[in-house]
Amino acid sequence: MGPFPRSKNMEKFGQRKDAVDIVFQRTMLVFPLLVLLIVGGIFVQLLLSSWISIKEFGPAFLVTSTWDPVAEKFGALPFIFGTIVSSLVALLLAVPIGLGTAIYLAEYAPQWPRRIISSLVDLLAAIPSVIYGLWGIFVLVPVMRSHVQPFLGKYLGFLPFFQGPAYGIGMFSASVILAIMIIPFIISISREVILAVPHVYKEAAYAMGATRWEAICTIILSYGKAGILGGIILAMGRAIGETMAVTMAIGNNVKISASLFSPAYTLASVIANEFAEATSKLYLASLTHIGLVLFLVSIVVNILAWLLLWRINERQKIFQGR
Amino acid sequence: MNGRKSFKDDEFSFDMNTMTGISSAWSETKIKERVLTQFNQTRARRNIINATAVYGLSFCAILVLFCLFNIIFHLLVQGFSSLNRDFFLQLPKPVGEPGGGTANAIVGTLILLIVAVLVGVPIGLGAGIYLSEYAHQRFAQAVRFTTDVMNGIPSIVFGIFAWTILVVPFKSFSALSGGIALGIMMIPMITRTTEGFVRMVPVPLREAGLAIGTPKWRVIKDIVVPSSLGGIVTGIMVSLARVAGETAPLLFTAFGNHFWHSSLLAPIAALPLQIFSYAISPFEDWHRQAWAGALVLILIVFVINLCSSYFVGRQRRMFSSHK
Repeated sequence: MGPFPRSKNMEKFGQRKDAVDIVFQRTMLVFPLLVLLIVGGIFVQLLLSSWISIKEFGPAFLVTSTWDPVAEKFGALPFIFGTIVSSLVALLLAVPIGLGTAIYLAEYAPQWPRRIISSLVDLLAAIPSVIYGLWGIFVLVPVMRSHVQPFLGKYLGFLPFFQGPAYGIGMFSASVILAIMIIPFIISISREVILAVPHVYKEAAYAMGATRWEAICTIILSYGKAGILGGIILAMGRAIGETMAVTMAIGNNVKISASLFSPAYTLASVIANEFAEATSKLYLASLTHIGLVLFLVSIVVNILAWLLLWRINERQKIFQGR
Repeated sequence: MNGRKSFKDDEFSFDMNTMTGISSAWSETKIKERVLTQFNQTRARRNIINATAVYGLSFCAILVLFCLFNIIFHLLVQGFSSLNRDFFLQLPKPVGEPGGGTANAIVGTLILLIVAVLVGVPIGLGAGIYLSEYAHQRFAQAVRFTTDVMNGIPSIVFGIFAWTILVVPFKSFSALSGGIALGIMMIPMITRTTEGFVRMVPVPLREAGLAIGTPKWRVIKDIVVPSSLGGIVTGIMVSLARVAGETAPLLFTAFGNHFWHSSLLAPIAALPLQIFSYAISPFEDWHRQAWAGALVLILIVFVINLCSSYFVGRQRRMFSSHK
C-alpha cells in the first residue's frame, strides 16, 4: 500500500463545509465524554448499590472481621488482609525476578535472545487469568503440597509464616501464581525505563572504571528509580484486582492467619464466589461495598503509578506491555 | 559509536533534562561520588561480583521462561489429549456423565466478543480520534488520565457495574450485560492506541488535504483514519485478545448456561466461565474438558495477537519512507 490513501472524491474536496465540521466535532466530543461518564457512572453505581451496607456498617466495615451471611453481619477485614498479604508476597517474589530479567534483557542479552525473550514475556502477559488458575490448581498446588511447603516448613518452620499443615491450596500458592502473573508487567516497564537512561551517564560511569554491574547499580537503577517504582506500583494494582487465578488457588476461607500455608480470601475473590449466590439485599450491598473498596484502592494505586510513570510514558510508544 | 548516534544521545539527554528535571541532580560530581564509593573494595572482589551478577540475572530470565514453558507444556499435553470432535460439536452432558462438549460456550464467547466490539470499538475509536485531532491539552490530558486509571480498575468491578445497570433492571443475567462489561473494558486500550497511531500520521499529509480546501472532517475520514488503519486495528485486536479470556466480569452478568442461549437477554455460556466451573468441579472428566477449553481459549487469544502483530507491521511500513 502506498503512503497516500487515494480517495475517489478528490475533486469534491473543493468547498469547505464549516457547518458539517462543527457538527462533526460536536458529535465526536460525545465519545471522550462517554469515557468520563462511564468511570463516573461506575463510581456512582457502586456507591448507590452499596448504600445500605455503608449506612449499616459505616467505616467499621473495613476493620470488622466477622463475615456471617446468616446473621447478616459483614466486615471486610479478612479480605483486606488477604489482599494485602497476597499482593505483598507476590511483589516480594516478582520484583527481584522481574527486575533481574529486565536488567538482563536491557543490558546483557545479545540481540537475538533479547527479541525472543521479550516476545515470550509478552506471551506470558497474554495468558488469561483463568488459565493461570487452572495451571495453579492442577500443576502448582500439588507441587507446593508435596515438595515446596514441607521443605519450607522444615527449614523455616520457626517463623510463624511457614507453620501449619501443607494444604497446597492457600495464601502461598496464590501469591506464587500472582507473582508469575505480574512479572511480565514489571519486566516490560522496567526494561523501558532502563533503556531510557541516557548513554552518557552510563559511559561516564564506565569511564571512571566502574564494572558493568556497578554501572547498573549506581547509575541505571537510581536514575530509573521513579519509573521502576511506578511499574512496581502498577503491578501491585494488578495483583490487588486479580480475581480468577487467586480465587482458584487461595482456598477461600474467611480467616486471618499468620501462616502463609493456610487458606485465605481476598476482596476480589469473595465477590467472585458469593455475588451470584447472595440472597439478601444487605449481603449483596456488602459485596458491592467490597467492590467499591476495590475500585477506590485501584484508583489510588493507579494515580500513584501514573504520577511516577507519565513522564516516561509520554515519550514512549503506545504499547506498554500488558 | 558514530557521530550521528552520539548526537542523538545528546539530543535525548537534553530532552530528558527539560522534561523531567531529574538530571539537575545528575551532575558529574554526583556520578563520580556514586561510582567512587565502590572503589573501597578491591578490584578482584569487584570483578567477582560483576561476573556473578550475570549468572544471577540470567537465572532470573531462565526462571521466567521456565514458568512460561511449564504452563504451555501442560496446556498442550493435557489439552491435546482431551480435545476431540465432541468438544467442538456437543453440548455439555449433565453433572457426572462423561463426554459431551462445549460447543455452546465457544459460540457464546464469540457472541459476547461481538457485543463487546460493538460497544467498545465506536467509543474507543471516537474518543481516540477526538483526543488526537480536536481536544484541548487540558481536556485531552484529563481523558488520557481517566483511560489509564480505567485500565487499572479490576475486571470484576466492571462486572458489578454491568450487573447494576443491566442485570438488576432486567431481572435476569444476560449475554448483553456480559458483552457490555467486556466492551467497556476494551475502551481504554482502544482509545490510547487509536490516539497514538492517529497522532503519528504526518502533518504534511493532513495539510495536503486542507490545502486543497478539504474540510477537516473529510481530512480525518479520508486521510487520517485510512492511513492509520493498521494501527487502529492492532489496538482493537490487542484489547479483544485481552477481554476474550476475561472471566471475572462474566460471573454475574453472562452467568453461564449449559444449553444454547435463547436470546441476548438470557444467560449465555462462555469458554472462560466453563473452564472455571469445570476446573473447580470434583469430576475427572470435567477437569479434562477444562484443559481442552483452556487450550482452545489460549489458541484464540494467540491467534488474535498474531493477527494484531501483522497489522502493526503493516502500519510501521506505511510511514517508514517518510521519516
